[in-house]
Formats: sequence, structure tokens, C-alpha cells
Amino acid sequence: MTNLDATVADLGLGPPSRDPAPAERGPGRGRSRRYSLVAPSSALAHAGVFGKKAAGPALAVTYLSLLVLLPVAALITNAFSGGWHTFWAAVTQPEAVAALELTLIAALIVAIINSIAGLAIAFVLVRDDFKGKSVVSALIDLPFALPTIVAGLTLLALYGANSPFHLDLAGTRLGIGAALLFVTLPFCVRSVQPVLAELDAEIEDAASSLGATRRQVLRRILLPSVLPAVLAGAGLAFARAVGEFGSVVLISGNIPFKTEVASSWIFSLSQSDALPAASAVSIVLVLISLLVLLGIGWARRRFDVPDTV
Amino acid sequence: MKENRWRLPLRFGVLGYLALLVVLPVGTVFYRAFQHGLGAAWHAFTAPDALHALWLTLLVAAIAVPLNTVFGVGVSIILARHRFPGAWLLDAFVDIPLALSPVVIGLALILVYGHTGWLGNWLAARGITVIFSVPGIVMASAAVSLPYVVREVLPVLQEIGTEQEQAARTLGARPFTVFRRITLPNIRRGLAYGVTLTTARVLGEFGAVAIVSGAIAGKTQTLTLFISNSIDNLDPQSAYVGAVALCLSALIVLLFLTMTDRNREAWHGKAAA
Repeated sequence: MTNLDATVADLGLGPPSRDPAPAERGPGRGRSRRYSLVAPSSALAHAGVFGKKAAGPALAVTYLSLLVLLPVAALITNAFSGGWHTFWAAVTQPEAVAALELTLIAALIVAIINSIAGLAIAFVLVRDDFKGKSVVSALIDLPFALPTIVAGLTLLALYGANSPFHLDLAGTRLGIGAALLFVTLPFCVRSVQPVLAELDAEIEDAASSLGATRRQVLRRILLPSVLPAVLAGAGLAFARAVGEFGSVVLISGNIPFKTEVASSWIFSLSQSDALPAASAVSIVLVLISLLVLLGIGWARRRFDVPDTV
Repeated sequence: MKENRWRLPLRFGVLGYLALLVVLPVGTVFYRAFQHGLGAAWHAFTAPDALHALWLTLLVAAIAVPLNTVFGVGVSIILARHRFPGAWLLDAFVDIPLALSPVVIGLALILVYGHTGWLGNWLAARGITVIFSVPGIVMASAAVSLPYVVREVLPVLQEIGTEQEQAARTLGARPFTVFRRITLPNIRRGLAYGVTLTTARVLGEFGAVAIVSGAIAGKTQTLTLFISNSIDNLDPQSAYVGAVALCLSALIVLLFLTMTDRNREAWHGKAAA
């Protein structure tokens, strides 16, 4: 399901740099060609599949408005419906602060752990060879395909109250960590893997033949080349973890001030009809993930990291 | 690279991590679902609430996936073939659901379509209930899975260009014929991929649906909600059976995506050559 990475990764790219995964399009089919193709299409455009000129776009914009734009506008309006002070009070309420803090710290730790694990997994998938490697590779995408609540249940089954390992993580912060590690794994592997695959092993061989130790090869050659991709993967994982709900909700038990993550707090606020407060916390959550995703987009352009394939 | 002493420890470390994080938990769910025998599992699966949840999940997918497919192909064509001011804005807006927590998407829908929402009075006057009802579930599912078809089809459309379509037009083909005979065959692999991602997301959506549905057993409970409610009601057998059903659908999705991906790469390789 590798292209989902590209899909998600696209987020970070601002619209002007929209780049349909150049690596995937194959070499030599880069920007210039694509833009030159778009140009002469206006003649066709006006006779496109939507016979009448404006009907198609109008329908599409209506659909988008009903499902996304109008709701997001309502969210912003609602968050500030009581003025700035009410917004601030909702965001700085102790339970909200605790939930946001837990969410951010957990997301950060998980992003760091899975960046390291993801790098190791990508390294094994690219450089190692063993029976059943393709199965392992397909396995990486399982957390994408698996519904989040099922992911939560699977972890509860193994690390919950009746754990065969006698390891009860239900209602603990470790449990939240396990759930977040599970759902963010594919981001961390799939953003590093293509970069590692492109990397020429000969350079490393050259370095070691010139007398570099393994540690030097790792530190001077391997890590610098994959670092931007690792960071991009970490950013995607972080953004995902910040908003995660389904996989966390079962194992965390939603204990206020202990295992209640931000999305759970928003959920319970909305269940008790405290909609403006729920909207306010949502806005904070959205701003954080937007910031991270924009950061990834900027870093991608700055360091010319290829989009994940 | 030369053989080195880290190769095997790294390999087994990685496999161990994956086993603990992914394989064992998923395996445990299958074990738990069938640990009291096939009969008990079947009994839980054929309980009225479970069957209704399955039916509702399929119904929602049957509505939301086609809607998003038509929207996705339409927007891709608009963005790839039309030049108009604000195109980049449309492009960016399509991605919004990817940046939002599902819970936030659900909440935002309530703020528009709930009884105190922007359109609440208008809908109530016409006797339409959206929130805590099937239309709300469909909208939440459609909203979270909105970007997938566009993100798969748009790059393909930009890649193939317009020469073939223009040739067909010149030869007198009507717009719909051009679409059916030229555009559709060209985008079909990307489209299949996007539709599969959309379906997977719709079948498995929890957060957004949980917040808009009210999760009324036998009425507005999809499979994912059925699982979470069964856990809350201390009926793990039902939860595990529901999870196995969704696991199987996820495995089918994964298999299909792996196959499509392979085909698609081969196809792209050919196109680039």
C-alpha cells in the first residue's frame, strides 16, 4: 500500500509544488514535461466530460463544501463563538492541558522510537535477504489496512487484562504508546525505504576499503543520507499520532489526567454537548498537525527529499 | 555490502519487533474469536445486532464509495484538464481530511448538521435527521475517505497528458465517449487503487462515525462501533468475531493493493520506457 505514503506525504507539499511522486513516474519524466502537457489542454477542457462548462466543477465544489468546507468553517466559528476568553479557558482547562500534554509527549516519544525501528526495518528490507521477506514487507502495511478499533482490540487481546504474557497495559500510558507505535509504523518504514534503496552501497564499500570503520560508515555516509527521510517519516507519524483515537480508546481506558488523550477528551466533551470547548481543543490539535505537516513540506523542498514511492 | 556481524542480530531484532507489535496481536484476536469453538463464534456472528452492524457497514460503503469515486474522478479531471483561478485552492482543500483527526471531522459535521448546528433548524423543519442516523454515518465515512481517489487518479491524468483525448475529439468522439474509451482505460489502475483505499477506510472508520452515530445497537451501529460497544458491554466474544471479519477484509484489501501496486509499477515502467 505504498502509495498511501505518497498520498499522506503530499499533504506537506504546498499546492504550488504539487509533485506526483517523481520517483514513481520513472526517471526522465519530470516537471517540465508535465507542465507542458497541461498547457494545451484548455481547448479540450471546455468540452470535457462535463458537457456543460460549469456543472461539473459546481457539483464537485458543492460536495466538498457539504462534507469538508462547511464543517471546518463551523468548527472555527464555534470554537470562537464565546470570544477569545472562552476559547482560552477551554484550552487551558486542567483536563484539556493534561490531555494535550499527554498526546504531544506520547506522539513525540512514539515518533522517535518508530523512526529508529523504521530505519532498522527499512535497512533489513533493502539490504538483507531471507526467505519470506516479501511477506514481512507486506506486513508493514497491515496497520494501514487494519481498522483502528481492530488495531486497538488486537493490542488489548495481547497486552490487556488477560494477557498471555501477564503484561497488563490496559489503562496505562504504556498501552497508549503501544497503540501509537502500531498505527504509525508504516509511515516510518515507507518514508525511509525508497531513499535507502536508491543509496549506492558502493559508496559505503569504498569508504570501508579506504579504512573507515563500520561506525564511521554509518555516521558519515549512511545516516546523513537518510536523515531527511527519517525526519519526514517521524513528522508523518507524529501528525498521525496526535489525532489518533480508535486504536487508543480501548487500551487506554480514558482515565482523566492519566490516560486520556486529546481526541478522547474532544469525544467526551462532544458527548456531553460542550461543543464550543470541544471545537477549541480541536483547533489546537489541528494547528499542531498542520504545523508539523507544513514543516515536512518545507523540509522536503529544502533538502530535496524525494516523495515516498 | 560485506557480510558483517550485525546482519543477523539486526534481522532478528526487526522480525522480533514486528512479531510483538503486529503479528502476535493480530494472531491473538483470531485465537480469541475461535477459542470457544466454531459454534460459539458463529453464534456471536449471527446475533441480530452483529448482522445488522455488518449490513449497515456494507450499506454505508455501498453509498459512500461510489460517491467518492465519482467526486474523485471528477475533481481529478477538473484539476488536470481545466485551468481556472483557485485551482490550487481546490487541490489543497481536498487534502483537508488527511490533516484532521477523525474525531474532529465528526465534531465538525455535528456543528453543521446536528440539531443545534448551522443547518439544524432547516433540516428539522423538513423532517430530515442526519446526526445519530444513517445519513450522518455516510457523510462521516465519505468525509474521511474523500482524498484517496483524487490522490491516486490526479497524478496519472497529469502523466498521460491530453494527446490521445484530443485525437479522439478531432476524430469526432463525443465527450463521454472520450472519457469511456480513452481516459477511463488509462486511469483504471490508479482508480482501482484509490477505490480500494477508500473502501478500506470506509469499512474501518471508527472515530468520525462514533461521534456522529450515537451507536444505537441494531440501528446506527456499524461493525467498528459494534466492536467497541461489545467490549464496553463485557461481551468480548462478539468483539473478537467482529474484529476477525474486519481483519479478513483488511487482508483482502492488502492483497489487492499489493497486486495492483505490482501491476501499476510494471505499467508505469512501460509508460516511462
